[in-house]
Amino acid sequence: MTAEAKPPKISIRGVKKAFGPKVVLDGIDLDVDEGESVVVVGGSGTGKSVLIKCILGILDADSGSIKIDGTEACGASRQTRAELIRKMGMLFQGGALFDSLPVWENVAFGLIEAKGMNRKAARPIALENLHKVGLADRVADLYPAELSGGMQKRVSLARAIATGPEIIFFDEPTTGLDPIMADVINRLIVERVKELGATTLTITHDMGSVRKIADRVAMLHDGKIIWQGPVADIDTTDNPYVQQFVFGQEEGPIRIGGAR
Amino acid sequence: MRLLQPVGAAFLAFLGAVGRLAMFAGQGVSHAFRPPFYGRLIGKQMVEIGYYSLPVVGMTTLFSGMVLALQSYTGFARFSAEGAVATVVVLSMTRELAPVLAGLMVAGRIGASIAAEIGTMRVTEQIDALTTLSTHPMKYLIAPRLIAGTTMLPVLVLIGDIIGVFGGYLVGVYKLDFNSTIYLERTIEYLETVDVVSGLVKAAVFGFIVALMGCYHGYNSKGGAQGVGRATTNAVVSASILILISNYFITELFFSK
Repeated sequence: MTAEAKPPKISIRGVKKAFGPKVVLDGIDLDVDEGESVVVVGGSGTGKSVLIKCILGILDADSGSIKIDGTEACGASRQTRAELIRKMGMLFQGGALFDSLPVWENVAFGLIEAKGMNRKAARPIALENLHKVGLADRVADLYPAELSGGMQKRVSLARAIATGPEIIFFDEPTTGLDPIMADVINRLIVERVKELGATTLTITHDMGSVRKIADRVAMLHDGKIIWQGPVADIDTTDNPYVQQFVFGQEEGPIRIGGAR
Repeated sequence: MRLLQPVGAAFLAFLGAVGRLAMFAGQGVSHAFRPPFYGRLIGKQMVEIGYYSLPVVGMTTLFSGMVLALQSYTGFARFSAEGAVATVVVLSMTRELAPVLAGLMVAGRIGASIAAEIGTMRVTEQIDALTTLSTHPMKYLIAPRLIAGTTMLPVLVLIGDIIGVFGGYLVGVYKLDFNSTIYLERTIEYLETVDVVSGLVKAAVFGFIVALMGCYHGYNSKGGAQGVGRATTNAVVSASILILISNYFITELFFSK
C-alpha cells in the first residue's frame, strides 16, 4: 500500500487576469510543494506581481483555481480568505512599511492586529525578529523614513516572518539594493525560511537571487508559464526564452515592450 | 445620433462614479459600526481633525462674525434697523456661516491631507500590506477617519459659533457703540434651538463628506506621485462642491415652509 501523495501547498490552475483589454495572466498553471522554494522569473511587466496578488486575494482572478492546502481561494468566503491569509506573509518590492509607525510596531503589526497580542508582549518578539535580520535594538524606535533601503528591506523581512507564516511571498526582494546588500538579503531569506520551514514563492529578475533562493524556477512570459524546472537546469536548458533571460541578451524571442 | 454618444458615455461614467462612491461609503460606514474598533486610531484622527483645525476655524469664524456685524450695521442703517445686528450675526453664524466656512476650511486642510496620506499608502503598497497582515484597510484606515470627521466637525462648529458671535460682539460694542448688555440680550432673544441644531447637523454631514472624499480619492489613487496629487485636488474640490450642494438640501429640510 502506498502513502497518499500530499497535495501541493499552493496549486494554481488556469488562472486568468486581465485589466481592460490587457491580458496579464493567460492561464497560469503552477504548483508549489510544502517546504519548497519556487522562484518565478520574467521580464518587467509580465504579471509576476499580479500573480502573487491573486494568490493573496489582493486581486481577484478572472477565472481559474488557486488552492492553498487544498482549499479553494478563488471566490472563497470572507472567513475562508481570512483564514488563508493568516498562513501567509509577504515582503513587498518597496518594503511597504507603514511610515506612520515606528520600526518595532511595523514588525509587530501582524502579532498585534491579526493575533490579538498586546503591545507590551509584542515588542520583545519584534526586537527578536529584528535581531534575526541583523538589526540592533536602537533601530526599533526609528521610523521607516529614517532607514536606508537595505535596512527597510530587512525590517520588511522581519515583518513578513514575525507571525511565523507557512507561506511567504517575496516580491523582488533585492530590487534597488547594491550587490553586497542584495546578497545579505538573499542569505537572510534562505536562513529565516529554513528556520521557519516555510514554503516560498519569489518573483524576481535578479539571477543572483534565483541561484541563491530557488529550489525550482518557473518562467512567466506572455501571461503563461513557458518553462519550469530545477534551478540547476536554468543554465543548461535549450529553451530560447530562458536562455535569453538568464544570459541577459537583447537578441532572442523576447521582445522588450516599446522596442522596434 | 453620434453627437449624443459622448453625452450618454459621460452620463454613464457619472452614474458609475456615483455607484462606486456609494458602495465605498456604505462599506466604510458598515465597518465603522462593526468590531474591532481601533480606539487609538479614532482618537488620533479626532485630534488631527478637531484639535489641529481649531486655529483655522477660530480665525475664520472670528473675522466672519466681525465682518457680518460691520456689513449688516451699514446696510441696516439705510432703513433704521441697526438694532437687528446682533440677531443677524447670531442667526447667520449658527445656521450658515460657521458650518459652511468650517466645512470648507476643513475640506482644504483635512480632505487634502487624508487623500495624500491614503493615496501615498496606496501607491507604495502599504494598503496591500495591511491586507497581508490580516487587517481590513476599510476598518483600519477609512472607518476611523469617517468617525472622526463626522463627530469632530460639530464640535468645531459649536466653538466656531461662539467665536463668531464674540467677533460680532467685539465690533458691535467697541466699534459701533452698542450697549454690551443690550447686544447680548438681542443675541439670545431670537435664537432658537433649531438654529444651533441645524448648524450642527450640517457640520456632521460636512465632516462626513470631507473625510469620505479624502478617503475615496486617496484609496483609489493610482499612478505614483501624479496620481496622489490628482487625488488630493479631487478630494478638496469634490468635498467643497458637495458641502455647498448638501447645505441647500439640509437648509430646506429644516427651514422650508
